[in-house]
Amino acid sequence: MASVSIQCISKDYGQTPVLRSVSLSIADGEFLTLLGPSGCGKSTLLRILAGLEVQDVGSISIGGRVVDGVRPKRRDIAMVFQSYALYPHMSVAANMALPLRMYRLSAFQRLPFLGRLLRGAAQITADIDMEVSRTANSLGIGHLLSRKPGQLSGGQRQRVAVGRAMVRHPAVFLLDEPLSNLDAKLRVQMRAEIKELHRRLGGTFVYVTHDQAEAMTLSDRVAVMLDGELLQVAPPQGIYSDPANRRVAEFIGSPKINMIDVVVRERGLIDVAGATLAIDSDIPTGTPLSLGIRPEALCLADHPGQGILTGSVRMVEHMGSDLFVHLDLAGADQPLIARLLAERASRIAPGQRLHLGVRADRVLLFTRDGQRLRREADLVCRCVTPLREVAG
Amino acid sequence: MSATTSGSMSTLAGIFRHAVLLLTGALLLFPFLWMVSLSLKAPGEIFHTSFFWPAQFYGIENYGKALTEAPLLRYLFNGFVVCALILALQVVLCAPCAYALAKLRFLGRDLIFAVVLAGLIMPHQVLSLPLFIIGYKFDILNTYTALILPYAVSPFGIFLFRQFFKTIPDDVVHAARLDGLSELAIVWKVMMPMSLPAIIAFSIFSVVGHWNDLFWPLIAVRDQSLMPPPLGILAFKNEEAGSDYGPLMAASTLVMLPLIIAFLVGQRWFVEGLIQGAVKQ
Repeated sequence: MASVSIQCISKDYGQTPVLRSVSLSIADGEFLTLLGPSGCGKSTLLRILAGLEVQDVGSISIGGRVVDGVRPKRRDIAMVFQSYALYPHMSVAANMALPLRMYRLSAFQRLPFLGRLLRGAAQITADIDMEVSRTANSLGIGHLLSRKPGQLSGGQRQRVAVGRAMVRHPAVFLLDEPLSNLDAKLRVQMRAEIKELHRRLGGTFVYVTHDQAEAMTLSDRVAVMLDGELLQVAPPQGIYSDPANRRVAEFIGSPKINMIDVVVRERGLIDVAGATLAIDSDIPTGTPLSLGIRPEALCLADHPGQGILTGSVRMVEHMGSDLFVHLDLAGADQPLIARLLAERASRIAPGQRLHLGVRADRVLLFTRDGQRLRREADLVCRCVTPLREVAG
Repeated sequence: MSATTSGSMSTLAGIFRHAVLLLTGALLLFPFLWMVSLSLKAPGEIFHTSFFWPAQFYGIENYGKALTEAPLLRYLFNGFVVCALILALQVVLCAPCAYALAKLRFLGRDLIFAVVLAGLIMPHQVLSLPLFIIGYKFDILNTYTALILPYAVSPFGIFLFRQFFKTIPDDVVHAARLDGLSELAIVWKVMMPMSLPAIIAFSIFSVVGHWNDLFWPLIAVRDQSLMPPPLGILAFKNEEAGSDYGPLMAASTLVMLPLIIAFLVGQRWFVEGLIQGAVKQ
């Protein structure tokens, strides 16, 4: 087990900067997720951590030891790849045993046929076989040891890849989008298994994904990366409810956060698409702002009023327990998306006029250049219970 | 109606396809069949009109003569030794080069690959004179080494392996590095077993090419005990057979036989290898 320290890592591919001065500390035994869209540099950072790529600037320490220039096999790490990267010509058992054979047997002891005759080789090989079999059993793939990877399903291959990493008992596990090649159902199941694995092994896990659900459910902390920059590192709930800036707010959450450009009309009051919202803030009159409202921060209101947004329904998406209502607001170029409970809003139809209240504690304020305004916006919530839809 | 029309169209197209295939197949097969037929004919019959089937079966005499009057078995043995050692050296030397060109990043890599491509374009005959002089200086002419060494590095082998290695995902190489394999171990334990189709294809090209090679052996060796099969047959023709084509064709048939047997035995793996390479695993 070991902590990981990443200090001011930068990396360019030719003229293209991939990582820009990324610094991050990962505690011993922590599950940290690097979250970001494709091409944001998260996989590159993971490969630099593994020693598979070399940074242009900066330094990496694992367990307090600076590992810059140390070869991958000497870093005491194991990695699970998106493509699993199993050796197709070897059986599952041979795939899992290979790292142990390389670390524990000498070059002579690894020789085919002859190697087994050398002193100690038979005992070490037997130990390796036992450990492989124990690890495979703990992952539920004990019965597949003699098969080749080509004969396994996606989920089974994934387990073999995890097993190959586990069997070495590394200080740090690196996982590069390990679930993205699985179907949706299996992904949820494997997600739970990886969480359980982390609990059981207690190692330091660095997990790379573009899937918010994975990041949110698995991690102790999430590091959000965009365009080679580390934007925010925080526990999952913090990332969602208290984003550092507009880019994080827009990246996290599905459907995307509603962003409405507003202007402070006078101290404490802002105009939003025809409605007036009260904010407890001393932002000067005339300041242009962006207002971020999560879809679930909107709720049905039964009549118009101060702080109530009114518009016509453009589209309704049924998601089972919830439904997403797209609302055209007067003066707004983007429709507002609200997440409403299906049982309370089942009769909403396109074309209908709808009034929506805004939950005060969930509204986020940003400057126009995307910086978060930390001062709490105290918007008046006008949700009514029981909620009734308003006929247009 | 239209279904019937398209059905008969596809039957016609099928017949046409097969006709073309049969014709080209027959064209390719014809010289071989003629060779085998001549090897079974009596001397007087060879230039007669009866085409394939010999009127008088003269096979035993011809083959007996081919085997006894020239050291044919020695030629075949030489062929085996030379081809096997050339192939082994080529694989041993080409695979690491190809790996470096496909998977490692270093200064001048693309330039080196361009040089390999240039080597691919150049016919080996161009090098004969310099190679002959080098062989003379090092005093290796008229030895097995002279037959083998000039072919030890094959630009085609490097090119073929490099192209195949490029299709193997980098993640597999990364995984192997993390598992503690050295770069050479990655070549032999991971890349080569995964490149079986390329190895088989290359082996066929290499063995057929060098088994049938006449030009360089003609320059490099004089000693009959070192001659590979085609050169041996040439010598046989000049010295022993003269215009006695029956035994000559028998010898040629015997020389072709190992290649045909090897291909028939390896055909299954060869075809499987090609399919494996083509279909995503």
